[in-house]
Amino acid sequence: MAEFTLRLRRYDPESGEAAYWEEHTVELEPHRSVLEGILQARATTDGSIGIRCSCRAAICGSCGVRINGRPGLACHTHLDKAQRGAKDGVIEVEPMGNMPIIKDLIVDMDAVHWKKIQRVTPWLQPKQPVPEREYVVAHESMVDVTQSLACIQCGACVSDCLSMEVDPDFIGPAALAKAYRLVGDPRDAATRARLEDLASDPHGIYDCTHCFKCIDACPKGVAPMSQIMRLRRRAGSDFHIEDPNNGERHERAFVSLVRQYGLLNEAELLPRSYGGDSALAKFKPSAAKELASSLPVIAKALLRRKVTPTTALKPHKLPKQDLDAIERIYDKVEGRDERFELNLYISGRDEDLT
Amino acid sequence: MKVAYWPGCVSRGFTPELHGSMARIAPLLDIELVEIDRGACCGAGVIAEHNQELADTLNARTFALAQQVDGAAMMMNICSTCQGAQSECQERLDANAEYRAHVNETLADEGLTYESGLSNKNLLWLLVEEMGLAELRSRVRRPLTDLKVGPFYGCYIVRPMDRLGIDEAQPRDTYLDLVIEALGGTVIDYAGSHKCCGFPIITMNKEASLKQAGRHLADAVDAAADCVVTPCPLCHLNLDLQQPLAEKVVGRGLNMPVLHLPQLVGLALGLAPGELGLQRHVVKPTAVIDWTTAVVAEVGAPADE
Repeated sequence: MAEFTLRLRRYDPESGEAAYWEEHTVELEPHRSVLEGILQARATTDGSIGIRCSCRAAICGSCGVRINGRPGLACHTHLDKAQRGAKDGVIEVEPMGNMPIIKDLIVDMDAVHWKKIQRVTPWLQPKQPVPEREYVVAHESMVDVTQSLACIQCGACVSDCLSMEVDPDFIGPAALAKAYRLVGDPRDAATRARLEDLASDPHGIYDCTHCFKCIDACPKGVAPMSQIMRLRRRAGSDFHIEDPNNGERHERAFVSLVRQYGLLNEAELLPRSYGGDSALAKFKPSAAKELASSLPVIAKALLRRKVTPTTALKPHKLPKQDLDAIERIYDKVEGRDERFELNLYISGRDEDLT
Repeated sequence: MKVAYWPGCVSRGFTPELHGSMARIAPLLDIELVEIDRGACCGAGVIAEHNQELADTLNARTFALAQQVDGAAMMMNICSTCQGAQSECQERLDANAEYRAHVNETLADEGLTYESGLSNKNLLWLLVEEMGLAELRSRVRRPLTDLKVGPFYGCYIVRPMDRLGIDEAQPRDTYLDLVIEALGGTVIDYAGSHKCCGFPIITMNKEASLKQAGRHLADAVDAAADCVVTPCPLCHLNLDLQQPLAEKVVGRGLNMPVLHLPQLVGLALGLAPGELGLQRHVVKPTAVIDWTTAVVAEVGAPADE
C-alpha cells in the first residue's frame, strides 16, 4: 500500500460558486487506477465528488478526465505512473475540456460529443437492393476500418482538440473518425455524398490543423487525425471533390508545386490554394480578393526584407537532375493502379524491432 | 560534430533569417553543416495526406542523401514540421522491411538506398542530447539575463509522443524550456506553449487559424513574456508574419516578438542582432534588443513605431 494525494477540480454550476481545487489523500497499491483513488476519496471522505464510471476496465469509455493536464481514462491510468507525471507529486484530476461541466469531473457529453456524432449520419446507408441474407464482405476491405472501429466514445480526443478550442463548430476528431468508419465500409452506398458533405462544411475535414492532440489523447489507438487524413485522401484523390474551403485546391497546389520545384514555393502556394492549381491563379477573383486582404502583411514583409522580390518571384528550385528524379518518383508512385498505404496499427512492426 | 543538415523549405524561402542564423551559430557551437541541397520538401503532412507512399519515398530519398554524407554523425533539421513529417515517414520505413524494400526499389533508379535507423534530430534535440546543456551554457557569452521568454514548440515536435520518442527518460517536450534556462533567460509558463499556431488551416479557415495564433500570443503577453521563441518556421509565419492580422481577429494589440531558436541561441553566444536577421521580422523585437547599443535584454525599451 502507498499513499497518493489527488487534487480534484470541484465545480457545481448550480451552486453559483466558482470552481476550486480540493486535495484528498488515499491509500492504495501503486498499480491501482486513478479512478479507484477517486472512488476511495468519495467513499471515505466526501460522498459528493462527481465522477462518471462504469466498467473500470477501459472499455465503456465513461471515465474520461484530464490527469495532470492530459486527457485519458481514469480507470486506465495507474496511480504510480500518474504521480510520476505530476509536477509537484500531487495527481491533478480535472474534467475534460471543450465540453460544459455538469458537476465536478462529469462533463456534458450530449451537448458536444454526441451531437457531433449525430452530425455525421453515424449509421450504415446500405446499398440497394439489400441482400436477403447477410452482406458478404471481403476481409481486406474491413481491415481498413478496424482502427476507427476501436473507438469507445470516451471523448478524450474531443476534450483536447485544438481546432475545436477556437472553433466550437468543428465536427471534431471523434465524429470524423466515425465518419471514416462508414466511408471506408464497402457496404455503404453514400460514400460520395458523405465526403462531399464533410469537405464542403466549413467546419468539416479541412478544419483540422494536424496538431496530433487527438492521437495522443486516444486510449485505444484510434488516431482520429489519421482517419481525417484518410477522409481527405478519399475526397481529394479518389473523388476529386472541390470544396469551398480551398482544402482540395491547397493539397493539389502543394503536391504539384513540390513536383515542379522540388521545394515548397510559398509565394505560389497561397494564390493557388485560393484560385486553383495554375500559375494564373493569382489573377482569379477568389485569389485576388484574398491576396488583397493580405497586402499589408506582404508589404511589411517586403519592407523588412523578410521576403524579397527575388524570393517571391524567383523561388528556390532544386537542380535539374534532382527535379527529374523527383518527377520520376511522382510518375511511378502516382501511376500505380492502387494507392499503397501502410497502417502500422494494422500491420504492426517487424519483430526484430524492440 | 558533423551533421547532414536539412534546412527545409521555409527557412530558405519566407523565413531566410532562420537558415542564415543557423549558419551563424554553427561554427560557434562546433557544428559542421553539410547541407542536403538535393532533397525535396518533406511534404509537411500534406503530401502524405494526398499519397502516403509518395511522401515516404520523397523523404526516404532525403534520408538516403543524408546517409551518403561522409562522416556525418546524424541528420539535423531546423524545422519542427520537417521533424514531425519526416519522423512519420521514417516510422513506417523503419517498422517494416518489406515496405522499405518497396520504397527503395523506386529510389534504385537514382542509385540511392535508405538503410533503416537514421538519426534525424531537430537543432533543439541536438543541443540537449548531443551537445549537452552544460556545454551549451559554457559557450554563452552574453547571458539572456532578465529576458522573459515564452517557449512555443510547434505541434510536430511534441506530438505524437510515441513516434517522437518522448517519455520520462527523454522529456523532449521540455527541451525548449531547458535551453532558454541554459542561455540565462527566464522561462515564461503560459497556456499556449504546446498548442497549435493554426498555420496549417490558414487557407481553409483563416479566422480559426488566426484566432489560434492570436490567442497564444495574447496568453504570452498576459504572462509578461518579452518574446516567444520557436523551433518551427511555419509557426513563425503565423505568429510573426500574420501577427498584424491575428491582432485584428482577437481584437487587441499584441506586439509580441517571435524569435527563431537559432536567433535566441545566437544572441546568447554574443552575435549581433543584425547578424541574426532580427531586423527582418514583422514584429520588431524591440523588447529583446536595444538597437542603439545592440545589448540584449534591455527589457522595456520603447517601441519605435
